Formats: sequence, structure tokens, C-alpha cells
Amino acid sequence: KVRVAKRRHSRSRKPEFAPQSNRLQTKTKPNKTTSPLLLRPLTNRYINLTTFSPFISVSPHYHFNKTKWLRSSIQSELSPLLTPINPTPDPFSRKVGFVMVRSDAAKININTRIGSSRPHHFVTNAVATKPDASSPPSTASKSGHEVLLFDALKEGLEEEMDRDARVCVMGEDVGHYGGSYKVTKGLAPKFGDLRVLDTPIAENAFTGMGIGAAMMGLRPIIEGMNMGFLLLAFNQISNNCGMLHYTSGGQFKIPVVIRGPGGVGRQLGAEHSQRLESYFQSIPGIQMVACSTPYNAKGLMKAAIRSDNPVILFEHVLLYNLKETIPDEEYVLNLEEAEMVRPGEHVTILTYSRMRYHVMQAAKTLVNKGYDPEVIDIRSLKPFDLHTIGNSIKKTHRVLIVEECMRTGGIGASLTAAINENFQDYLDAPIVCLSSQDVPTPYAGTLEEWTVVQPPQIVAAVEQLCQ
Amino acid sequence: MPIHYGSKKLNYITVSSTVATQIPHAVGAAYSMKMEKKDACTITYFGDGGSSTGDFHAGLNFSAVMEAPVIFFCRNNGWAISTPINDQLRSDGIVVRGKGYGIPSIRVDGNDALAIYSAVYEARKMAIEKQTPVLIEALTYRAGHHSTSDDSTKYRPADEIEWWRDGQNPVKRFRTWIENNGWWSDQVESEHRSNIRKQLSQAIQAAERVEKPPVADLFSDVYDVPPTNLNEQEASLREHIKKHAQEYPSNVAV
Repeated sequence: KVRVAKRRHSRSRKPEFAPQSNRLQTKTKPNKTTSPLLLRPLTNRYINLTTFSPFISVSPHYHFNKTKWLRSSIQSELSPLLTPINPTPDPFSRKVGFVMVRSDAAKININTRIGSSRPHHFVTNAVATKPDASSPPSTASKSGHEVLLFDALKEGLEEEMDRDARVCVMGEDVGHYGGSYKVTKGLAPKFGDLRVLDTPIAENAFTGMGIGAAMMGLRPIIEGMNMGFLLLAFNQISNNCGMLHYTSGGQFKIPVVIRGPGGVGRQLGAEHSQRLESYFQSIPGIQMVACSTPYNAKGLMKAAIRSDNPVILFEHVLLYNLKETIPDEEYVLNLEEAEMVRPGEHVTILTYSRMRYHVMQAAKTLVNKGYDPEVIDIRSLKPFDLHTIGNSIKKTHRVLIVEECMRTGGIGASLTAAINENFQDYLDAPIVCLSSQDVPTPYAGTLEEWTVVQPPQIVAAVEQLCQ
Repeated sequence: MPIHYGSKKLNYITVSSTVATQIPHAVGAAYSMKMEKKDACTITYFGDGGSSTGDFHAGLNFSAVMEAPVIFFCRNNGWAISTPINDQLRSDGIVVRGKGYGIPSIRVDGNDALAIYSAVYEARKMAIEKQTPVLIEALTYRAGHHSTSDDSTKYRPADEIEWWRDGQNPVKRFRTWIENNGWWSDQVESEHRSNIRKQLSQAIQAAERVEKPPVADLFSDVYDVPPTNLNEQEASLREHIKKHAQEYPSNVAV
């Protein structure tokens, strides 16, 4: 086990964590460095909290820039251009890496070894890199281009609008303003004001408009400026969007895509931090997907537009600036498939959207502690991809669900029920579900952070589950 | 509720029971026609009660801003189940609301078939040529009950109903007009009635012979293609019905 006490003194060092299998990595398994400096202190502190000090006054912000940390920790998790270390894993050495953004996929090794004299009592086999055998053909090995997540969404949208003249966008400020998160930037000048329609502020009405237009043959994409506002459109979404294909006996189809940013952001307040997937999941007739990386954002956007069913695409406010290299060639993902983020043996961690990054961060800690978590980004929130999930459970026999929804009636609650129903025989332990508390999201930053599942909680839950 | 009929062939879009949700749909349909530059417009119907909903106001506002070719036809029949018009609104009817949103509006005698015909004819021309929405308020009276589970004599005097039904009946008025023009007579009427009765009874007999919908219809058309969870649910329901066949009607296909 890791000796945490040592770690405390080495705050200025940049200890290496085991690399995570990254789908985007090439076949050589580079050891990924973590984001230096900024990431370490928080994790150290929390590890102290859980293992040594039952009583600590926590102020996670006190000596580093949290915003920068959050951004860079997320960046470091998925930037495929992170400097890879020497491919042969050497668990006892420490390297310093720098986060660098490059425009090509070539590896530039600018590591310096600070010294290997500090002993680390890693469990050797846990630190070994894991080849990501289950990943689809790597995207970074061929030519690709780097995009931010909102750009990836825009690309998907633009490609579909070019491909099919019936695709149109409607929402508040989507036209020349480009959308509140710039997902529709540049589309109105290109396609015209009618195809990228600015609407007055009445979500129920413009969602209804989209449904009416869809019944006439158009394929609208309805943007909610924030997912929370779509609660005002709940009537149209549940009573009409989900039902009219059924009540008309299949005569009228409603191929709409309803999308928008949701989830807990940074001090956006209770009404703008809603997790609407909880409320919508029961509506018959709709499909729900959640994107988490630029690669799957573009693929899911295209798939949703091409689907003849109404699809709700959940984006997350904090993920719009994620950077990734995505393929130049066209690709469409499956709306009902989950994504294997990190194969493992000990425990299945099911998550989606922003929590994926918290889970991956916790996975680093777990790997160093000797655990081998399997992380699946479920992506498809309705219906669940029980095939992928089931195969994973049959392998690991333990399940941890990490979500941002509230405890009561969230996606995790439904997933727990579905897994219990279908895979009861394969479980060695009860399913653990980590979710937000049943409270409105606080405005105070520290309180808001505690309402969202944090990596140390994930680590603690896995440890408990694996006992 | 017998309101969910729809026909793609006849361009008659299925509506939902929630009142006035079809108003934004109509605006959306008109928007699609505008985009495709069709020589067509949309017409949607609702009542005085429906004009109080949020969808009505937002839909009218949108249609005005978007210059969508849609006709909003409001049948103001004075009653929303048991709510009389005075408890529904205090404005001068619904026609002034159209004016408030910048929509050309007109009020017509809802019991005059010819007036309605002319108004809608002109409205359609205007909607398509000028690409503008139009609001038509037709003043009439609900002589019947709201539905088969309603007895309106509970909340309104029976003689009021009689007065409207006898004196202002639009069918009677129209009949008088065509009789005066020599296009109709009592004999033609009785022939017509027996004709219709025959057609109706044939239709009813044909409908009664149709088989009840099978179990598969419960799950079809929820999506374009049923997903695995629905297939599972269907399979388990079938299994249950087969096992306990005696508990369920035998004339329904499984």
C-alpha cells in the first residue's frame, strides 16, 4: 500500500501515477503523467483525510488555484498529447511531465527524471500499464484534428445540416449570437436565419414548434439554453414528443433532438444546476444519451440527428472546453452503446458525463493502491446498454455507480434496479451508488463541491466494495 | 378520448389531450412550410378555454415574430366544461389578444356557415400570400354537454340551452338558406338521412367485425424500432398471458 505520510512531504514533487488506458493513445502504452503540482496536493490531502485523520478542517482551496486545477486535471485526463514517458514502466522512478498541447500527434519527450531515490512502495503489478485491448481503432494514430467539445458538437451539427436540408436548429440566441456555449456559432450566417432560428423565450412553445415541424418532415434540433429551462417544456416533451408517434399509430414521426448543457457547473445556482436526466428518464418514446468527450459528442450528435426517434442529448456545462483530437473522416456512434473507458478486473464503475473524469482521477489513485477498476461510460441513459454492462459485471462481480443525479430517482437508482433485476446472480456484493444529495445545488463554492461526488469518495467506495 | 384521430394522408395531424399544445405545433408546421416555400398554410382549432393557456400566448407571439402562415381558429362557445366565459377571461373576447400580438384578427358569427367560409377563405389567402398568421374568433354556443360524462344542466339553465339550440342553430340557418335557393327540400333531406343512416350502420358493423388489437400493438410505434428493454417486456407479458390464458379474454390475439 502507498505510504501516504511520505506523500505529504513530497508535495513539491510530482509523483508519477500509473497511466490510464486511454482509447486515444496509440498502441504503445505510454505512461501518462498527471498534471503536475496542481493535482497532487488535493489528492494528498484527501488521502490523509480518509486514512489517517478522522478530524481535519478541510479547505481544499487553500494553497492552489482550484479553477486552474479543475481545468487542468480534466485536461490531463484526456489530452492524448500529454507527454508520454519512457514506455517501459518503471514504478520506482519518478518523472516530471508537462502538459503540452501540440498540433500533431508526435511524441515529444521533454521529461526529466528528478530522481528515483525516494522509495515508493507500489504494488508492482498494479502499476503495470494496461493495454487498452477493447478500444476501437485509435483515432490519434491516423490524421486527425484537434477540437474543443463545443467545436466537436458544432462540427457534427454542421455536417448533418450540410448533408440534409431538413435539419434545422431552434432555440434562444442560437442565431447570430452563436448560442450561449457557442455550439451554433457561424451556422446562422452559413445556413440562414430560418434554418438557425432565434426564438422568443418560451421553451414549451418552441419545443412544441419543433415537434410540429418534425411531424411535417423537418428534423429540428431544439436547444435549451440550460437544461433546467427544459422543465418548462416538460409538457411538450412528455405528452407530445414521446407520445404522438404512438397515438397517431405510427403515422407521424418526431425526429427531434433536444439538447443543452446541464449538470452542476461552477456556482451557477440551484436552478441552473439541474440534472434533468432524472426527470425525463421515465418518458416513454424518447431516447437519452449523454456525451462526455469531443469524440463521442460529435458522434452522438450525428447519430441523434439521424435517428427517427426523439433523442435528448445531455451535455455538461463544465465539459465544453475539453480538447481532443478527433478523426477527420466522418463517423457516427451508436446511440445505445456504452463506452469502455478503462478495462479492469476488480470492480465495474459505471458513470457518465462529467463524473467520468472524477472516476478516472480516482482510478489513478486506485491503481496505485493496487486495484484494477473497470470504468464504463454508459453514454446511453435510456435505454441502458445492459449488454456491455452485463459482460463487465460477469467479469468483475462488483458494481459502483457514480453519477451526478440526486439520490432519489436518479439514473443511478434506475440502473441499480436494472442490474439487480438482471445480474443478481453475478454480484458478489450489493451495488454501491454514489450520487449527489437530495438538495438543491448550493451557490457557495465549497458547498457545491461537496454536493458533487469527488474522487476520494470514489476511492473509498471501491476500497469498501473490494473488501 | 376520441380526439387522437389523425391522418397523414389527409394532412390531419394528431393532437394531444392537453389543451392548446397543438398551437405551437401548428406554428412549427407553418414554419416548415415557410422553409420549404410551400403554397400551403396550417390551421389549428381550439376553444375559449384553450386561449388561456401559456401555449396560446407563446404560440401567437412566435407566429407573429416568425411571420408563419398559420390560421388560429378559436371557437368561443362560451363554456369550458363548467367555466363560463366571464370566469375565463375579462378581455373583449379572444380577438383582441391577436391584436395585442400583432396578428390580423377577425371575429365572425360562429353560427353562420357562410360567414365562416368567407373568413377562412380570405384568411388562407392572406396567410399564404402575405406570410402572416391570422386569428379568427368564431362566436357560438356549446349546445351539447362537454362530453358523455358531463351533464351541463348542472351548471347552466336548461332553457338557455334550448334557446340556442332552437333559435340560433347554425345547421337550421344554413338549411333555410339552401332551401330558399331551391337546392334542398324535405324530401331530399329524408333521402339523405336514410342514406347516412345506412352508411353508418354499415360502418359500425364493419368496425365490430374488426379484431381487437393484439398484444404486439401495445409495444409498437413507441419507437421506430423496439429496443431490447421493450422486447423483453413484451416477451414476459406474452409468457404470462399464455400461462394464465383463462384469466384473459380469448378473443384478443396474443
